[in-house]
Amino acid sequence: MSAREDAIHHPPDPRTPGASAQDIPPPNARRLLVIGGLALILAGMILGDIFAAFLLHPNADRIGAALLSATDAVRAQDPDSARAAFRNIGGYLENRGTKVDAHAHMISFGYLALLLALLEPLVAFSEQRKKLLAQLFLLGATVLPAGVFLIHYVGLTGSPLRAIGWASILADFGGALVLSVCVAELIGICRGLRRLGQQSQTPPPDDPVCDRSWASRVLLSGGTLLILLGFLHGTYYAAANLYGFEARDSELLSRMATSAASGELPAANQAVSDYGRLQGVKAVNIAAHAHVIEFGILAILVAFFQPYVFYQEKWKRIWVVTLLVGSLGLPVCVLSELRFGLLAGGLADVAGLLVMIALFAMLVGVSGYTGKFRALGGGL
Amino acid sequence: MIRPRKLLITGGLALAAWGMGYGIYYAVFVEHQTLDGLGGALATGFIRAAERQMPESQAALADAAVRNFVYVRQVDAHGHWIGLGLLLVILGIAFDRVALEPRSRSLLALALISGSVLFPLGVLLETTGRGHGPEALAAGGSALIIVGLCGAAAGFARANR
Repeated sequence: MSAREDAIHHPPDPRTPGASAQDIPPPNARRLLVIGGLALILAGMILGDIFAAFLLHPNADRIGAALLSATDAVRAQDPDSARAAFRNIGGYLENRGTKVDAHAHMISFGYLALLLALLEPLVAFSEQRKKLLAQLFLLGATVLPAGVFLIHYVGLTGSPLRAIGWASILADFGGALVLSVCVAELIGICRGLRRLGQQSQTPPPDDPVCDRSWASRVLLSGGTLLILLGFLHGTYYAAANLYGFEARDSELLSRMATSAASGELPAANQAVSDYGRLQGVKAVNIAAHAHVIEFGILAILVAFFQPYVFYQEKWKRIWVVTLLVGSLGLPVCVLSELRFGLLAGGLADVAGLLVMIALFAMLVGVSGYTGKFRALGGGL
Repeated sequence: MIRPRKLLITGGLALAAWGMGYGIYYAVFVEHQTLDGLGGALATGFIRAAERQMPESQAALADAAVRNFVYVRQVDAHGHWIGLGLLLVILGIAFDRVALEPRSRSLLALALISGSVLFPLGVLLETTGRGHGPEALAAGGSALIIVGLCGAAAGFARANR
């Protein structure tokens, strides 16, 4: 049993002098990245759920209505109304796109934070510099999604640029911060690896891959299988549907315009309806592909942090199974929405909730660990 | 640290940084203009149809389709480079748990890295309209990634027995 496992299974009494408040070291870079990363992932998932429940479908309905009004304007030979309809569609698409981007970037940055936490032992910088990098990373990872979220509301108000508003500039600044930290960490890792190579072939003192518990193994295998499933689905979608859907997309837009211009409003309306259905099919496939891969990556990442999740083995297993069931259930139910409609959509929401509950439980477990055992000086 | 592990971690971080750099360049210099052009072309298609200038309408809608084709692939390349970079690092961290021969592990790592570079590159090159070469590159890259993932999953499963 390693020192870390020993610490988990035989925790010291926090009231002992060795664990007193004065002796507890300040939070280190790794702890900052783990807690910040898990919080970013959770916040991103909650934003995604709110977006899916309250914005996605109403927004799609508004786009459909605006397309109908555009075809009506074409039939009535009213170019100004057609222009106005497309201005509205642009606004709806921007509203949707920025929410999706904020959701996706928040979660991806959470993953990146967990990754950097895992690699911390390899980074050959002083603890102070590593902590500064972690803080800058979390700042950038918060600023970018916040900026992207605000793009729709701020627009070009007061911007010195013609096409880019202040919110976009804020988001780009956040992205530049994250990128700079990644480059700095890469330099630190290269330095660390060079030093390791010069000194000996022994692993770094706090190698993250030491846990072989049931929870860790199941998450690792399950995560890899989820990613593989996602890739197979993506490959199938790209080979069988992508080009066909793009051609159909263009054909339906063309039919809307030509049918409306020749006064065949039912045909134009049918094209609008088919176009909406096509967008739904594309969105469902892309969402299933993206979510199953992201949940696979999440499962592998949290596999490494199982030694730091301060629960009894039984509860660890319960949260692992909950996470994996939700991770498989959400994409499967999202794909089933095409056939089973709202029932599958509701089940997908439940599956997403399972993932969030499991993740929150693990975050609490990690917080408990860091709160009680950081006095040991190792791990988090 | 064993060699495939080192290769996957450094390669993955470099790929993720490259994907982010491309994303920032794209967001600042390309994306807004592309979206403006796409929206403008769609609107023009319908406005010209309302004015009964059907050839111009069809040309604008065809232009919108081309712009959409390019936009989707540029965003896909950005997302996949970063996503695959992260995946390489994660797999790299766990790679000493892949219970296979050293040579097989090195080959798996090479397949994963080359696939992760080539697949999004192929997707991006599709926008240059150079026939089926980019499609073949993207398909080959994704096949390499799938082979690498299958090998890693099998290696993890063997280690779990």
